[in-house]
Amino acid sequence: MSDITVGTEIPALKLAPINRATLALYAGASGDHNPIHIDSDFAKKAGMPDVFAHGMLSMAYLGRMLTDWQPQAKIRKFSNRFAAITQLQDVITCSGKVVELIEQNDETVARCEIQAIKATGEQTLVGEALVAI
Amino acid sequence: MLDKNNIGHEFPSFSVDIEKGRLRLFAKAIGETNPVYTDEDAARSAGYPTIPAPPTFMFSVDLEGPELLPILKLLELDIARVLHGTQEFEYLGQIYAGDRITQRSKIVDIFDKKGGALEFVVQESTYTNQSGEIVGKAQQTLVYRN
Repeated sequence: MSDITVGTEIPALKLAPINRATLALYAGASGDHNPIHIDSDFAKKAGMPDVFAHGMLSMAYLGRMLTDWQPQAKIRKFSNRFAAITQLQDVITCSGKVVELIEQNDETVARCEIQAIKATGEQTLVGEALVAI
Repeated sequence: MLDKNNIGHEFPSFSVDIEKGRLRLFAKAIGETNPVYTDEDAARSAGYPTIPAPPTFMFSVDLEGPELLPILKLLELDIARVLHGTQEFEYLGQIYAGDRITQRSKIVDIFDKKGGALEFVVQESTYTNQSGEIVGKAQQTLVYRN
């Protein structure tokens, strides 16, 4: 029997401050070459204060939190909305907790609320994961 | 306003080789330190046939098509005004190093809010491996700032 139940917290993942090198490396590795994340001149022309983090980088951090907690093969669904832009030097923390146990397709699945927040507490990603237990 | 006649538009499908080195680079870029994502022996010890692609890598498959984000051209979008609104992944299997993944994608909705100041494009994709197994599905919403 799993000891995962409603209220179980997923161990949080605290990231290093986002810097330009993080974004350049992610752009190359992910294939997302949108210049708004790596070219300050382009970002400023587009009306942004500077380059900012790819939303998918933070979603990848949420994914790390999930796979640190449970094997990836147990993740059934993983979704989020991008609620706020992550700027340079922001310190992101990922967290989540089990809010419901659901029986589906002959297995028990933990529905987890997950989020990424800045040091100010502002939510940047808000989402949900379904994880088989 | 974006042309709603594009709802239902299917983009040409394409196939991508999932390279081991690319997965290792992706793992490094997201700060992943679990050896399952970089080391074949660790992956096998964890019960995987080889290195698996991390959960969000499906989005990178999207970007390996013949052109980066074909939706930009179809809807005549200025990339500087595009934001990512939502992203959802459903896992029916796994993507592994060495796989050849075929991506199929279509526009399922286009709508606007705030009197057209913001427009939304919803796209759905499926990912099928070389054995014909659908390993994942994704849905994403792009936000366009007018």
